[in-house]
Amino acid sequence: MSTLLQAENLEVHFPIKKGVFSRTVGYVYAVDGVDFHLNKGETLGIVGESGCGKTTAGMAVMGLTPATGGRIMFADRDLAAMRRYELKKLRSSMQLIFQDPYSSLNPRMTVNQIIADPMDVHGVYLGRERKDRLAFLLETVGLTPEQGRRYPHEFSGGQRQRIGIARALALDPSIIIGDEPVSALDVSIQAQIINLLLRLKREFDLSLMVISHDLAVVEYLCDRIIVMYVGKIIEEAKYADLYKTPLHPYTQALLSAAPVSDPLREKNRILLHGDVPSPINPPTGCRFHTRCPKRMDICDKVEPEFTEMGEGHRVACHLYTAESGV
Amino acid sequence: MKSEHLLEVLDLKTSFYTFEGVARAVNGVSYYLDKGETLGIVGESGCGKSVTASSVMRILPEPPGKIEGGTILFDNQDLTKLSQKQMRRIRGGRIAMIFQEPMTSLNPVFTIGNQISEMFILHKGMSRREAMEASADMLDRVQIPAPKARVHEYPHQLSGGMRQRAMIAMALACEPEILIADEPTTALDVTVQAQILDIMLKLKEDTGTAIQMITHDLGVIAETSNRIVVMYAGKVVEEAGTVELFTKTLHPYTRGLLASIPLLGSRSAGTQQSLSEIKGTVPSLFEIPSGCAFRQRCKHAMKICAEREPELEQVGSGHAVRCWLHIPQEKR
Ligand SMILES: Nc1ncnc2c1ncn2[C@@H]1O[C@H](COP(=O)(O)OP(=O)(O)OP(=O)(O)O)[C@@H](O)[C@H]1O
Ligand SMILES: Nc1ncnc2c1ncn2[C@@H]1O[C@H](COP(=O)(O)OP(=O)(O)O)[C@@H](O)[C@H]1O
Ligand code: SF4
Ligand code: SF4
Ligand SMILES: [Mg+2]
Ligand SMILES: [Mg+2]
Repeated sequence: MSTLLQAENLEVHFPIKKGVFSRTVGYVYAVDGVDFHLNKGETLGIVGESGCGKTTAGMAVMGLTPATGGRIMFADRDLAAMRRYELKKLRSSMQLIFQDPYSSLNPRMTVNQIIADPMDVHGVYLGRERKDRLAFLLETVGLTPEQGRRYPHEFSGGQRQRIGIARALALDPSIIIGDEPVSALDVSIQAQIINLLLRLKREFDLSLMVISHDLAVVEYLCDRIIVMYVGKIIEEAKYADLYKTPLHPYTQALLSAAPVSDPLREKNRILLHGDVPSPINPPTGCRFHTRCPKRMDICDKVEPEFTEMGEGHRVACHLYTAESGV
Repeated sequence: MKSEHLLEVLDLKTSFYTFEGVARAVNGVSYYLDKGETLGIVGESGCGKSVTASSVMRILPEPPGKIEGGTILFDNQDLTKLSQKQMRRIRGGRIAMIFQEPMTSLNPVFTIGNQISEMFILHKGMSRREAMEASADMLDRVQIPAPKARVHEYPHQLSGGMRQRAMIAMALACEPEILIADEPTTALDVTVQAQILDIMLKLKEDTGTAIQMITHDLGVIAETSNRIVVMYAGKVVEEAGTVELFTKTLHPYTRGLLASIPLLGSRSAGTQQSLSEIKGTVPSLFEIPSGCAFRQRCKHAMKICAEREPELEQVGSGHAVRCWLHIPQEKR
């Protein structure tokens, strides 16, 4: 398996400005030193609760939000060292699908114009090729070429998400990042879009990154999953390992808290106290120590390193480090 | 008028008069709620869940909204016939409501304590001091830390989860007979959602309040409700006890929904390999098809489905379904 994209010790800190002189009075440690990679042909999931830095991490690897630390590598090339034309090419090979199909499409453009826009920007599929390309893309996502002449408001939420996906496919990308791609959709429409993404991934040999707070959606879509908490990755595993043997107390709590649409399933709910801490003042040591049911003396003092717990399964928690292991 | 139930809604019809035409948001909905139970009302966005709730509470924006027909029986009176003045005595005190967005019921310019106290003063006739103490007690019961200090804070000083808890404290302050919860945890993180649902169900045990839980989330419904009503395009399409609804699902729409949602842990366990889809989309209220509203998306649609609308048919104890497949030949 070849690595397409790699983030090393990635940091995105947003300055908090105050007063007339816009003094920086602190930082939002939105993404605070994370390592991850995306392999060719796989689907990587990023899960975690609101504000933990999922979107920011995704934007940073796309170069849409500047990283304030660490490196992002594409096939051994450093994003920061790339020249303008290289960046432009990279942008075309990496595309985003947004959560909100309502606000991500320009209401004054026809669907054809929306999908063609990236082709204009990059000067591809010009002249006679254009019409065929548009028809192909629309049919690929389950719309008809006739629908290309209509405006976004004439479509339902699920259809608008299809339009967004067609636009993302316009430049033959190799990577697609979906930020909550089905969260805004009706329950009966979510499966249509999930199945569409899975089919496109196969047909176009895509690598996907799926960002979502919905644990069931991520399990269904992804090969490998990263769990984030207040700007940090706390666990990473292949999907089945994560759901069958979650190791980090936060992952365990998260999975146990998710409501399951099966009234006969037995639930052992781990109830956490309090809210997710703010990334402006992240807790010392292990960031989960303020809510962790298994916290120990060391936990608020020393930040846990990753421990490898099996093939591709790593966890950052003192329960598994050599010194304090149980 | 008498009803054997705590709350009984019969053939409720609520419409909105808009420029595009008349939107029949709630088009003949009937259901009941018994003492101490949790009834789940589930359905996709726009199917009329919130409009049903606002009709019961009589907080519908009128105009453009209008209750066009039906009865809402509570304590031997028809709520649709009461004046707003009479409703004020019921609302908040005997029937309370909480929303997805806590700021719908919290006022930003008053302290949390002030707002909860108001409930005790209005419905329980307490003095201001007694009411403030009772408010702190209420905040404690919804697990807000340092409740004696928090009563003096304003809503913006609380986190999202705490605001939600404060709203629940306010709603349950007077131990209402009914709590209508409209997507109470939809905007919250899962770990906070679990806390809030736990708090709601515990308070319910203490007070005997009956809950009408409205949500689009079948997981939340499965875990909180003992009976479920499924709505589609302004109508009830299926109704059953929770286990029965999930295990002996009858309506093609309910079946489709259950088969289309990824079930947590199932792919990992190897028990769910593919998601089936419901084709098409929910019809707009201005283009609801003739006959059965689900027929354009239904795999089983027959000739009769386009011609006549099926009635809600009782098919077992407490199980009812609105579908021609389950209406015996002699009744067609
Ligand atoms: N441009 C910005 N300026 C300042 N702070 C920001 C900015 N963008 C994001 N943040 C903050 O960074 C943190 C992480 O945000 P991010 O959007 O990545 O979270 P998320 O995990 O995607 O959450 P959600 O599930 O709510 O989408 C949050 O505290 C957020 O408020
Ligand atoms: N104030 C309003 N004006 C016009 N239409 C409305 C209004 N409120 C709700 N509706 C319509 O009524 C229908 C049912 O809405 P609602 O009960 O809010 O759905 P949900 O089941 O998602 O809670 C929707 O089609 C909605 O657009
Ligand atoms: S390091 Fe300590 S506080 Fe953090 S998750 Fe592990 S046990 Fe809990
Ligand atoms: S009545 Fe007909 S169209 Fe409607 S759900 Fe039943 S079979 Fe399908
Ligand atoms: Mg996000
Ligand atoms: Mg609603």
